This record gives sequence, structure tokens and C-alpha cells, in this order.
Amino acid sequence: MARISLPQAKFVRISLLIFAGITALSLARTFADTADLSSTGTIGAAVGLAVPIGLAGLGGIWSERSGIANIGLEGMMILGTFGAGWAGWQWGPWAGVAAAVIYGALGAFIFAVVTVSFGVDQIIAGTAINILGFGITQFLAKLAFENAPGGGQTQSPPVTALPSITISQIADPLSSLQKQGIFIISDAAGLLSGFFFQVSIITLLAIAMFVLTAFILWRTSFGLRMRSAGENPWAAESLGVNVYKYKYIAVTTSGALAGLAGAYLAIVGTNVYREGQTAGRGYIGLATMIFGNWRPGGTAAGASIFGYIDALQLRSKSNISGLALLGAIILIAIAIMMLLRGMRGTGAALGLLGAALLSAFLLTTKLPTEVALVAPYVTTLLVLATASQSLRPPAADGVIYRRGEAH
Amino acid sequence: MKLRKLVDVLAAPLLAIVFSLVVTGVILASFGANIFEVFSRMFDYGTSTRSLTLITNTATTYYLSAVAVAIGFKMNIFNIGVNGQYRLAAMTAAAVAGWIAMPGPLSAVAAILVAMFVGALWAGIAAWLKVVRGISEVISTIMLNYLAIGVISYVIVQTGIGTEVKLNVRGTPKIQEGARLAGYALIDPKVKVYGFFFIAIAVGIIYWVVLNRTRFGYDLRASGLSPSAATASGVNSKRMVVYSMLASGAIAGLVGLPDLLGKEFSYTLNFPANYGFTGIAVALLGRNNPIGIAFGALLWAFLDISSQILDLEGVPREIVTIMQGVIVLSVVVAYELVRRNRVRTQQQNVGKALAAATTNEGSK
Repeated sequence: MARISLPQAKFVRISLLIFAGITALSLARTFADTADLSSTGTIGAAVGLAVPIGLAGLGGIWSERSGIANIGLEGMMILGTFGAGWAGWQWGPWAGVAAAVIYGALGAFIFAVVTVSFGVDQIIAGTAINILGFGITQFLAKLAFENAPGGGQTQSPPVTALPSITISQIADPLSSLQKQGIFIISDAAGLLSGFFFQVSIITLLAIAMFVLTAFILWRTSFGLRMRSAGENPWAAESLGVNVYKYKYIAVTTSGALAGLAGAYLAIVGTNVYREGQTAGRGYIGLATMIFGNWRPGGTAAGASIFGYIDALQLRSKSNISGLALLGAIILIAIAIMMLLRGMRGTGAALGLLGAALLSAFLLTTKLPTEVALVAPYVTTLLVLATASQSLRPPAADGVIYRRGEAH
Repeated sequence: MKLRKLVDVLAAPLLAIVFSLVVTGVILASFGANIFEVFSRMFDYGTSTRSLTLITNTATTYYLSAVAVAIGFKMNIFNIGVNGQYRLAAMTAAAVAGWIAMPGPLSAVAAILVAMFVGALWAGIAAWLKVVRGISEVISTIMLNYLAIGVISYVIVQTGIGTEVKLNVRGTPKIQEGARLAGYALIDPKVKVYGFFFIAIAVGIIYWVVLNRTRFGYDLRASGLSPSAATASGVNSKRMVVYSMLASGAIAGLVGLPDLLGKEFSYTLNFPANYGFTGIAVALLGRNNPIGIAFGALLWAFLDISSQILDLEGVPREIVTIMQGVIVLSVVVAYELVRRNRVRTQQQNVGKALAAATTNEGSK
């Protein structure tokens, strides 16, 4: 009985959470008078910005679920952007995507050799991969693009665009419903419409990857073995699991996903490879993975929040007051919940922070853009600081495992 | 015996450097470059007196960054936040030295103290999160790096602390002549060796003395080697985490100052931004040893400066970044292999000794 009611309770909880989120959004939109907070354009942009971060986070899940802490995602993503620009420019966008995935996977394979076979500290090896990825792409870019038409030392020639999908029969009515400004309903419509308007094919691919990952890791025996390598490799070994093999597969997949994220940045986000294009998104992906408790659903939610805040700030400076109000409402709501549950210290701290944001919204006419710039990072730190007790990383994450050295 | 130990210490880094030379050599050759020509041009350019001065200056910065990272490493703490710590520290120090009128030397001292304080403060947040909330410093310092960028941008762009230093470049006001540590023309008549070079040497000596000759250093190394053993012998490991993170942050605060007080004199948004990661690489190469780090910093600086000639030769100078990446990756692998080898030899020796002891017992 209890086994059946559990998923239902989870479903109800998530639905309630989404409803509460939309209500907060609606309140903020009404009182801050910024319709852009839930407009089709904002949501569309947010989805686009969330994709590379989410894919990096998903790569992090693969790697860390097998017990390898992967800080080298950034370097693998950089390799991906170069692969996308290099092959995409010459043989079309799909070749670019393929090359990006292969380049990312190659970077990850080197990382796996060093961390799995040689048993080197994973954070150190990841840092080295980041240095290496950056150096190799800069070097190759100069050789490959300097004399290419429309290219330069730090930039590839343009890559033709990949198809994007608009279902106007759904997007248009939703969009016009959003513009009417009805409390809650318009905001829900706006949120939905973003998923039917100019959605890149890679975005669909990314969503498929999330579903596929959730299925493979939690519903197949392969996934169980892989996760057992990240929880207790010695126990897995004693049951005959080839831990090294699973770690290799997991880490290489992780790099392929980071490479795909790079392809999105180079081909969909812009239409060229450009030096420094990743701008730390690999690290941010790791943050969303932790935010999402090393699970695909939570990671997708975390990436969406990052993408949403980024989209608001990029679209218009006037959105930032709305964002501050939204943040204040959410913080105060969480603070009240915590106080009701008897968590006084954390509740009071969050309440104070919410009150500070609220007064910033009420007292100033224009908030500086930097508020939006740091919001995702402050959010991550807050989540870590308040929810660190309920976060549960894989038990052997980052632990060096040597075959036959059980203890 | 002593020679044997020296070989043990040097084997891994030398192997890594040779391996990286081979890898980059293969890469260069596959693009049709003349390997020996490339390396000899680099060597010629890198050993001119002007280059040697620049190498000394660059190595000064790398050295401080690596010591900051090494203090954490000694305690098994990974301070990835040096980037954020030194940038915020340099900005604050530049603002203090640029805005507040003080007699020259006093102003420089104030800048140094402020920088150390701000660096320690920023690292202290990560220490607090780790000790009180159990959050890994790896992730919190990465977040704090981005937070620092936001804070700096806000202060320079939105507040009165930033002014227009050059056309379209905002930064803190220029630091007055007397407060600068522009340095001395020791090697080349035209380029000065940073005044901070000597401070970096002092930092290295203090690092060595504190680590090897004080109770604090002993506790720090003990906690890093075996937290449980250290706790059992009365070391408060949480306190050690906080202390080492604060010390690491304080030294990290100095990383931006050689450039600030020796060349830039103003903190602008274009201030060099990535010394923290270089510090990690150099600390790894130098095995957290004050002298090893010095060699690592000089090597890194030599590669960075001498490669500037390569673009003129038609070879992308990023070949040295590849080289540095390969060195870091292979040196950690080499250290690991050497360590494993040593453990195996020790076990074998113990086994032999035990076997010999039992046969002796038996023959009695």
C-alpha cells in the first residue's frame, strides 16, 4: 500500500510546488508591473539558456553517479564548442553536433584514463582537463580558422542554423492569453507557450536525454550497476561488477553530454565557435546538479531557474525589479514554511533576506543589473546552506577506487 | 641516501616535463613546424634580460597564488576560490590606496593589509559553510568566484568608487607614486623587477617556517595526513579547517598586488583574472613545497613569457598552454605512480624483515 501511495504523494507535491511557483510569478508580475516576467519571449529565451547548463549538469549526474567528481565538464564543453565550429562550418550543422559530442567524449576519455585507471585525485585531474581543453581549442582555432573566410584567430566561420520548431496553433493562442494579464492563468499560458515557439531541435534532444538518463540510471540493471559503482564500489566489485568499465562508460557519456552542450552554444546560441564562449557554464552545470540532488528532474529545474534569471536580465533592465520581487515572495514563503515547521534559525535568516529584497524593490526605482548577475549563484549557495542536510550525493563520489583494494 | 631522496623528488616532475615536450613536439611536428627551431627561438627570446625581468615578475604572482592553494592542500582543502579572493582583495586595496590620502609607504602597507583581510574574509565564507553546514569548499568557492565578479562590477560601474581611468575604462583612481611598489631595475636597465618580488620571497620563508617549525603547522599537516589521528591527539579539525582557509585566503588576497602596485596602479574591469587556476597547477607541480613551488612558478612564467615570440613565427603560442596542461596531468599521474611504487617497496621490505626475523627465531 505504502509503495503505491509514495509516487502519488510525490506527484501531488510537485504539482503543488509548480502551482505555488506560478502564483508567486503572477503576484510579482502584477505588483511589479512587468509583463515580461512570464512572456513567451522570456520563457523561450530561458529555455534556450537553460539547455547548455542543463546538459552539463546531466553530464555531471552521469559521472558523479558512477563516483567520479567531474569538475572538467567546463573543458569538455570548450572542446565541444570547437568541434561544433570546426566541423559545422565545413560539413554542416549536424556534422558539427557529431564532432562536438566526439570531442567532448574524447576529453572525458582522457579524464577517465587518469582518474579511473591511474587513480589520481579527481578535482585535480578535472582542473588539468580544463586547462588542457582551453589550450588545445585556442591552439587549433588559430590554425583552423585564421585563414578561413569569415573566421579569425578566436572565431570560426558561421555555421548554418539547425531547424527549430514552432507549433503556432498552440503557441499563438497561449501567447495572446498571456498578454491579457489574467492572474495566474496568463502566467501559466506564458510558461507553456515558450515550449512551442522556436524550439531548437537540440532542445528537444536535450529533453530526450534527460528522460533517457532517468530511465537508464534508475530503471535498468545497467544503471543500477553504474550507480552501485558510485555508492559502494567495493561491494559492487564483490558482486562481480566490473567497476572500472562502468566508470569509463559513465565518464565518457558525461563528456559527450558536455560536448553536446558546447554544440548548442556554438550552433544554436550563436552561429560560430568563439573563444571563451562557455563562460563557466560547466561549473554552473555542476551547481545545478547539486541543486537538483544528483537527479535529472531536480537538475532540469535548477537549470531552468538559472536560464530564467539570465533571460530576464538579458532582455531588459527593467525586469530586474520584478525579479527581485519574485525572489522576495519566494524567500518569504519558504521562510514562513520553515518557521511553521520549527526551523527557526534558517527560517529567520531566509525571512530577513526576503525582507531585504522586498525593501530593495520598494525603496529603489531601478535595481542594478548586478543583482540579476549574482542571483543564480546566491540561490545555489542558499540552497546548499539551507538544504545541505537533505541533499545526498553518491556515497563514494570523489573517492579513489582501486580494484582489489577493498577495505 | 640524500642523493637517492633527491632523485625520488625530482623524478616525477622531470618525467612530466619530458613527456609534455614529447607530446607538444608531436603536435607541432604534425602541423609541419620545425620543433627544434620553435624551442630554440623560445629559449633565445625567454633568456633576454627583458624577458627574464618579466618572468621574475610573473613568477612572483604565480608563486603567491600557488602558496595560497598549497596552504589549503596541506589540509586537504581545495581552494578553487583564489580567483574571486584576489580580485575582490585587489579591488578593495586599490580603492583604499587610491581614495584615502595617506603618506606613501603607509598607503602601501594599508593596501597590503586590506587585501589580506578581504581575501581571508571571502575565503572565510567558504570555511563557515564547510564547518557549519558541511558544504564542500570546491563548489562554494566556485559560486563565491562568480559572486565576487558581480560585487566588483557593481562597485566599479555603479558606485562612486569607480571613475573613468582611461577612455571607456572604469576603475579605481590611480594610486599615487609614493604608495607604489614599482620595483628596481635589477636585471634589465629598462624594465623593473616588482617590489613585490621580495615580499613573495618573505611569504615563502614564512610559509616554510610556520609549516615546519610551529605547533600550528604540525597540527595542519597532521590533520591533512590523517584527520582521525589528528583528532585523536587533540587537534580540533573544524578549527584547523577555518584557520587554514583564512590563511589561504589572506595569501590569496596578495595575488593581485604585484601587478596592482607594480604596473597597473588602478583596478579596472580588465584586471588579469585567472591567476587562481595557475596557482593550482603550480602548487601541484611543486608538491606544496616552498622551493618546489618557486621552480614551478618560474617554469610557468618562462613558458608564458617566452611563448610570446611564437605568434611571429607562425606557431600559435597556445602550444604552451597545451604543454602546461599535459605537465599538470602527467605530473599528478607520475606522483601517484611513484607513491604506489614506494608503498609497494616498503611493504616488501617489511615482509622481508619479518620473514628474516621469524627464520632467526626458528633457528634459535
